[in-house]
Amino acid sequence: MPIAEELAKKQKEISIAEFFERNRQILGFDNLTRALITSVKEAVDNSLDACEEAGILPDIIIKIEEAGENEYRIEIEDNGPGIVKKQIPNVFGRLLYGSRFHSLKQSRGQQGIGISAVVLYSQLTTGKPINVISKIGENLPAHSYELLIDTKRNRPHIVKEELMHWDKKSGTKIGFYIKGKYVKNRKQSVYGYLKNTAIVNPHAKIIFIEPDGTKNVFDRVAYELPEQPKEIKPHPYGVEIGTLIKMLKETNAKKMVAFLSKEFSSISPQKAKEVLSLANVDTNISPKEIGIEKAKRIIESFKKIKFISPPTDCLSPIGENLIKRGLRKETSQLSPEFISTNKRMPCIFRGIPFMVETGIVYGGNLPRDERIEILRFANKVPLLYQEGACVITEAIKNMDWRRYGLEQKGGKGIPYGPAIILVHVASVNVPFTSESKEAIAHVEEIEREVKLSLQQCARKMKAHLSKKKKRAKAENKFLLISKILPEIAKKVAATLGKPIPPIDDVITQIMNIVWIDDSVNSNGNLTESRINVTNYRKAIHTFDLYVEIPSKKYLVKAIPEPEKIGENYMKWKVEKIKPSEKREFKFILNTDFDENNIYVDGINPVYVIGAEKWEGE
Amino acid sequence: MNDVLKELKSIAEKIYDDLEKSRIPNLQLPARTKSNIRFDERYRVWKYGNQRITRSAVSLPGAYMILRTVYTLDFIRQMIEQHKTSTLRELYYISEGWGEAKFYTQDESDKLAEDLEILTKKLREDLKLRPEEDGARVIGDIVIEERTRKGEKRRIHCQDDVGDSGYSIPYNVEKEKIKFIETNANKIIAIETGGMFDRLVENEFDEKSNSILIHLKGQPARSTRRFIKRLNEELNLPVIVFTDGDPWSYRIFASVAYGAIKTAHISEYLATPSAQFLGVTPSDILAYELPSDELTKEDINALKSELNDPRFHDEFWINEIKTQLEVKKKSEQQALAKYGLNYVTDVYLPEKLAEMGYEM
Repeated sequence: MPIAEELAKKQKEISIAEFFERNRQILGFDNLTRALITSVKEAVDNSLDACEEAGILPDIIIKIEEAGENEYRIEIEDNGPGIVKKQIPNVFGRLLYGSRFHSLKQSRGQQGIGISAVVLYSQLTTGKPINVISKIGENLPAHSYELLIDTKRNRPHIVKEELMHWDKKSGTKIGFYIKGKYVKNRKQSVYGYLKNTAIVNPHAKIIFIEPDGTKNVFDRVAYELPEQPKEIKPHPYGVEIGTLIKMLKETNAKKMVAFLSKEFSSISPQKAKEVLSLANVDTNISPKEIGIEKAKRIIESFKKIKFISPPTDCLSPIGENLIKRGLRKETSQLSPEFISTNKRMPCIFRGIPFMVETGIVYGGNLPRDERIEILRFANKVPLLYQEGACVITEAIKNMDWRRYGLEQKGGKGIPYGPAIILVHVASVNVPFTSESKEAIAHVEEIEREVKLSLQQCARKMKAHLSKKKKRAKAENKFLLISKILPEIAKKVAATLGKPIPPIDDVITQIMNIVWIDDSVNSNGNLTESRINVTNYRKAIHTFDLYVEIPSKKYLVKAIPEPEKIGENYMKWKVEKIKPSEKREFKFILNTDFDENNIYVDGINPVYVIGAEKWEGE
Repeated sequence: MNDVLKELKSIAEKIYDDLEKSRIPNLQLPARTKSNIRFDERYRVWKYGNQRITRSAVSLPGAYMILRTVYTLDFIRQMIEQHKTSTLRELYYISEGWGEAKFYTQDESDKLAEDLEILTKKLREDLKLRPEEDGARVIGDIVIEERTRKGEKRRIHCQDDVGDSGYSIPYNVEKEKIKFIETNANKIIAIETGGMFDRLVENEFDEKSNSILIHLKGQPARSTRRFIKRLNEELNLPVIVFTDGDPWSYRIFASVAYGAIKTAHISEYLATPSAQFLGVTPSDILAYELPSDELTKEDINALKSELNDPRFHDEFWINEIKTQLEVKKKSEQQALAKYGLNYVTDVYLPEKLAEMGYEM
């Protein structure tokens, strides 16, 4: 059975209608610029969700064309599983029709109002029907529809329906006209949204064709799909009265004990009885007979009883490596000098599992005297608006960034400096401040986790900066010996008409250190590290050189052969390195790796620049 | 070989030798600070003392200084060989093409030119470098023979052959350029400001007082100081300095009489130790009840710094500076106009000159 058929089973309808016609601003259609971004966003979010659920690496094409004054035609095509014929009109032509309203599962479009709201907006501003083509399997025909929404009845109105050939394995393409305004070169734009989407979805390939014909390709840099988030049942601590009443109505359970232990996570039959007795509700009563008063008492009892936490394996993070890869790819033209990432363990707020991941990009061509850029994500969707109202921004403002090397007036507020901060909050139920889903509400647990995660990243950044400072001093000397001194020798020789004098001995005296410099180069999945050791001292030295590695299982090759390979380090013996002699050590890892941590042993560390003293494993 | 070339070469040889013998290249220079000037009994001028600083290639700034030195001396070598000269500003611009040796401000190149004078014990003019500023003006009963750019010898009477702005001192005032033929004047009055110089000229004070008037134009250029010194030595004319009554003007006098700190390596060549200060003195401000301004914070600091300056360590200056610090007032030369345009030439100068023992 095609996957779409399975998905279709879960799609239940929820009836609400004209309300949205009058309240389109809460859905993110309050101005022309934003309406265009929201339209693309809802469709792309759906495409990504559909592809991932079906285990397909997403290939998404977005095309925007001008169609009149402030009118655009938008087309979004994916290679997802497609939608079964019967469901196509409902998915697009009916508000609040979706599979996700009752489920608790980390997904992009959490409430299933997205795409039909776009259809409605299209219809309200242009009067034109939308076009949907969908195909669910290799040897099946594609179905093409032209649709409008009957706004009084909240039902799809099919304008045209036909079979067609579509040269694609499976997928969905929708095309629609909207009133909008296309903007470029700013964060709040279609380009900005797609670029940020590409950062946190490195497994997706996104092609974007702008109205002027410019083709932007956000290429895939990861070839594995993120792990599928699992659906979980609500936890008693997170359930509200409205949801409980709805659940009571819709359950198949015959008795209350069964209802509580089946429809919730973390409630055993034993606990269910405890809840009911505390709420003074008969254990054998049918859920259909519970009125609002009893429901209220049950909610009260939930709060008084200790339940185990809900399972947290339901979340699908992006992962540190992929965040790093995404950030590196999308900031490559700024050539940042450092990227650090961190992933926290899952946590719970109000019985709802969530987790936080962060990343910091530092240096390169990022502006030095401007506010840092904040990239906010919720369930892998970029949040472009309402930055000031978001708990992520609040957490950043409440950290003292001065101690990590950024500027911040009075140790509060958004810091200044050459940095980009990325924060991703994944949850089965992201607590947004409003329906437009642009800002995450102030939840203490989330703020704390964001801070803890950013502190980890910032500490790595700080370590990098201290290292850099130390080296800057040494680099002055390096400039001296590699440029200035040879120039002096050349010029005096020319003035006197004599051969250029040798300067190696003088260099050794000026430096009087063993110089260790390194570089790290990524090439796809492989990372090559090179470490150069140059003896700028008068003495011959023998010492041990240690380099940290994430794990020896990633080691592809090391040249020369290390004397020892530990789980997290390699050791070379630098044997009798003579004055002015230079030796190279290199290794290749098949994982992401940003910065070498180099240590030495058996030589006074004050004679060494570029490595710390080895303190043992 | 040209003497200057020899000196330049010896610096290059010193650096070359350092490298060849595996020594870190370095150059030694006298410390050019107030604390390192000593009175030279023989010449009666202030010169650099024994404190020396070493510029070594062990540090980046030292290495840059040595690199620029070798580039500059090679540039001078080429100029000497090609019979060219350049201005200090041109030297700064020429260094654009010197890669790492390039100067970032003209201050750096000016300072290096002075360093080279010290290292080679030659004058800037010998190094084919000339200053930007035009020379000061001269009016008085003296005949000068100048060798023009076309090589002709031209005699100029500095009253009859010049306009009201006088004879202009060229940047080279050495004997090959300028000769003093004859004079009927009995003294030289060097004047700080253009306004006062023009007042004395208009009032025909050069003729009335039988003086050669020289406009200093603020802190006098080297050529002006050298010109005054030659007049003083060769024609035996006393030098009298007439400036504003503030600490900065006293430094102008000091550089004429004792030598400037910046050019202490050539003080015996530039300074006129017998030069005397006429005024305006702090006592004059009180005695003539001159219009005055309050001393600023900078003025007070400058005066205090002069109390520590060995060049001002004599009774006259210590008394005058202390007086000024007490009354906290300063006056310009032109404040004398309070009593009319002729007051300076009819009353003030004759009185002051008589006090100093000069005839009109």
